[in-house]
Amino acid sequence: MSLNRFIPLMIFCVLSFALYVGLNLNPSDIPSALINDSIPEFDLPVVGGEEASFSSVDLTKEEGIILVNFFASWCVPCYVEQPFLMKLKERGYKIYGISYKDKARDTNKFLSKEGNPYYKVAADEKGRVGIDWGVYGVPETYIIKDGIIRYKHAGPILEMEFEDNFMPIIESIDQ
Amino acid sequence: MRYLLSFLLCMMMSFSAFGIGVDEKPLPEPAAEARAQELMKQLRCLVCQNQSIVDSNADLAKDLRVIVRQRIIAGDTDQQVIEFMTSRYGDWVLLKPPFDGATIILWLSPFLLLLIGFVIIYQNQKRNSENLSPDPLSKDEKARLLVLLDEKENV
Repeated sequence: MSLNRFIPLMIFCVLSFALYVGLNLNPSDIPSALINDSIPEFDLPVVGGEEASFSSVDLTKEEGIILVNFFASWCVPCYVEQPFLMKLKERGYKIYGISYKDKARDTNKFLSKEGNPYYKVAADEKGRVGIDWGVYGVPETYIIKDGIIRYKHAGPILEMEFEDNFMPIIESIDQ
Repeated sequence: MRYLLSFLLCMMMSFSAFGIGVDEKPLPEPAAEARAQELMKQLRCLVCQNQSIVDSNADLAKDLRVIVRQRIIAGDTDQQVIEFMTSRYGDWVLLKPPFDGATIILWLSPFLLLLIGFVIIYQNQKRNSENLSPDPLSKDEKARLLVLLDEKENV
């Protein structure tokens, strides 16, 4: 009987906890289906480079950790992210870019104006490669090692996201 | 009058059909298009998450609609089209989540709550019926009761 009196309090506590956790989750955070899968195959033309094509083979034959960044000149958060990507390049990260649903001319303009942090940039003008990668909005960044997707981040990366979300994964892969 | 009414009703119902996929070409074969529409209704738009890709005007939803139609033309079964989407976007892309380990609470919680409700009702009923008919007094109790009542009268 005395325990029964605490049932409403217990229900309240459980509900509070569930709401506390649930409402703190970001509803636009969609878990990637491709974590620990090999990268989807593709073969795209290169934007503003000498080589004619940029394919998934270029990524799989890389030995260290690489980042793949989907971006577009029409994407506002990409302008926010670009300076930090430049910093990452200076820190020695190899970043591959895939320009998503963008015209080569606009991409080039964007890169010459905002800086080009990429080792190589592919043009996914139709956005089909993006769909194969599960991209649902630019910018999106993937951590890749030996052709396997290890992590995906949707939205711009800034110092804090990088330290909190990317570094632990990069460190764990490195060991 | 009745014909007029049913005619008007038909007119009104046909408007919703115009609203679907006006920006792309539907498949020429009506049966295939119906299948495509049925599949699109099950797929969540990833940009505006509470809409299916049929309802959404987002670019990505449009691309996914085109892909659904392409896959149907290529001869995919419904299952294969769904798999194509879930292999890229995960179960998230399905408006109706599948029944598996991760979603078991989601699917079973309504029944669980119903069960809890029944248990509470049952226990309340049981307690009420116990209150209505308490156990008859034993011999000792009856004797004590008489003594007490006598005392009260004498005061």
